[in-house]
Amino acid sequence: LSLRAVNSSRSAFASFLLAPLFFQLYEAGGGRHDGELCRCKVLMKSFLGVFRSLPSLEKTVEKCLILLKPRSSRLVVQLHCKHGVTKTHNLAFQECERLQAVFDTQSYSSSLCAPARVLADAVVHFAPTLAEVTLGAGPGDKISLRNYVEDEAEANKTMVTELWLAEDEFQAVAVTPGSQITFCLKELRGLLTFAEASNLPLTIHYDVPGRPVVFTLDDAVLEVHLVLATLSDLESSLQRPPTNNVSNLAAPSDDFADDLESYMIALETSTDQEASGVPPSPTFPLRTQRPAESNQEEEEEDEDEAAVPGTPPHKKFRSLFFGSVLTPGEPGPAPTQEVLAEDSEGEY
Amino acid sequence: MRFRAKIVDLACLNHFSRVTNTIAKLARTCTLRLTARKLYFILSDKVANGGVGMWCELCQGNFFDEFQMEGVAAEHNEIYLEIVPENLSRALKTAQSAKAVKIKLTNKHCPCLRVAVELPSLSSSSRIVTHDIPVGVIPRRLWNDFREPSVPDFDVSIYLPALKTMKSVVERMKNLSNSIVIEANLSGEMNLKIETDLVCVTTHFKDLGNPPWASEDGCQSSAQDRDLESMAEACIDIKKLQQLLAGQQVNPTKALCNIVSKRIVHFVLLHEDVSLQYFIPALA
Repeated sequence: LSLRAVNSSRSAFASFLLAPLFFQLYEAGGGRHDGELCRCKVLMKSFLGVFRSLPSLEKTVEKCLILLKPRSSRLVVQLHCKHGVTKTHNLAFQECERLQAVFDTQSYSSSLCAPARVLADAVVHFAPTLAEVTLGAGPGDKISLRNYVEDEAEANKTMVTELWLAEDEFQAVAVTPGSQITFCLKELRGLLTFAEASNLPLTIHYDVPGRPVVFTLDDAVLEVHLVLATLSDLESSLQRPPTNNVSNLAAPSDDFADDLESYMIALETSTDQEASGVPPSPTFPLRTQRPAESNQEEEEEDEDEAAVPGTPPHKKFRSLFFGSVLTPGEPGPAPTQEVLAEDSEGEY
Repeated sequence: MRFRAKIVDLACLNHFSRVTNTIAKLARTCTLRLTARKLYFILSDKVANGGVGMWCELCQGNFFDEFQMEGVAAEHNEIYLEIVPENLSRALKTAQSAKAVKIKLTNKHCPCLRVAVELPSLSSSSRIVTHDIPVGVIPRRLWNDFREPSVPDFDVSIYLPALKTMKSVVERMKNLSNSIVIEANLSGEMNLKIETDLVCVTTHFKDLGNPPWASEDGCQSSAQDRDLESMAEACIDIKKLQQLLAGQQVNPTKALCNIVSKRIVHFVLLHEDVSLQYFIPALA
């Protein structure tokens, strides 16, 4: 059984593959045609509505039956509860085409694997409303997480939080030194909660900025992928030597450049004259932004469409598999943070 | 100009964290004044703040294990910073189990207060989280704006009732009215009143006690000649009062307010290591 979703801006895609053994009973009855898979989509709100209150579900529901009624186009979710109560929900479904993000973790240059706990503990230091976060491989074998500040104007007013994790907190580390990617933390939080609850280690695969980052959870009966678009980094895509990137991620040290003396002297002398060369208080001298200029507009979608085939890749999802979700990768970084998941057109 | 401080003791860290939480609830931005012995969170009563003034004073020795500062100049050994207290409170929020917290004033790209939290981790090295809080350095010529406000020439001074009770009363009144009248007399009686077109609600408190204030010049202030039953009152913005009460995370050792009839209410909340004064002007 596969459950998949993509967000409206097509910058986040998640897929859960559940093997038959995950369930007490699994019957992949034929769809309308023999051997055809049934593929449908259901309104998220309706589906979530059935499972609304987890604590009360855990207390009252003994069994949950999910079945598809193709003839009436209904997905039936039946909750068999205590005291002989049965709640039946009939959700309308629509047939749909395959939803599959195009990515290839085999070709990715960096990967990390950590118990979910480590990452969950790490993100707690960031504001719950924080959108983007930058993950990077810094010097001294440390992995850093830092909140991403979008523009120069904000840089002087926004608190920057940075967290450093030692490599030995991870189960596996294979990263390119100096590499970094920026993605939306909000989209990851859901997966982290799930990973912590199911006690599974989380694997992160990433490559250059612009190519999506893939988070994976793996277990005997479950395979989960979360694919998030990353901010492209125009300058670093221009073959910068690795050392330059490393200098952007200075490891924390006790000796900070402490220029306040000269700053204050400059400030004091400005009381005598409206010196233009002196930073006025309380506005501060502009912080030199990291060379990464984000480029978030969805540009040239057409061009991309040419690079990523509109027709579905050949790999098909048979219902009972655990196999790799990977599709033959499309090399070439997508220069913008946009369409990952193509609706496949037509039948195959 | 330098500033470095360190907290190692968890109880002190907790305490300091609670102070910053309280300040964060009272002011969006405020001034942090550092001297060799004390820290101050100051909000000066400009019109922009709605006329509200705040003065919070802490003895650094009660919180920090290490504290070094060098002011702007030898004769002016102080530092004044403009800061968003919410940032400080957030930085300390997840430091509850920290091994150590270091705070340092830096100026890499712009002046920042860097809070470095060293957290225990399962690995051989500690986990380090740094928060760079942008601050504004306030030049000496503006320091006069942040002088300690003097205690107003009040008509009545009275101890406050239990803050928790007061808070729940005010919170309910907030739903009915935008302004609240605080009145009190020298017989230890206080009333909180709201009045709208539909309803008037008054909550009466008795036996609160009036703090003794020694006057400076030997002759008693106008308060002494006052009729003990006569109420001094001021009508203030209820939201501001609610913010003050909601922000209190720990019960103060002493809590009192001074009322200047129809002008201003001056709240004084004293804890062992922290004193907080809050001025709410009367509405026109």
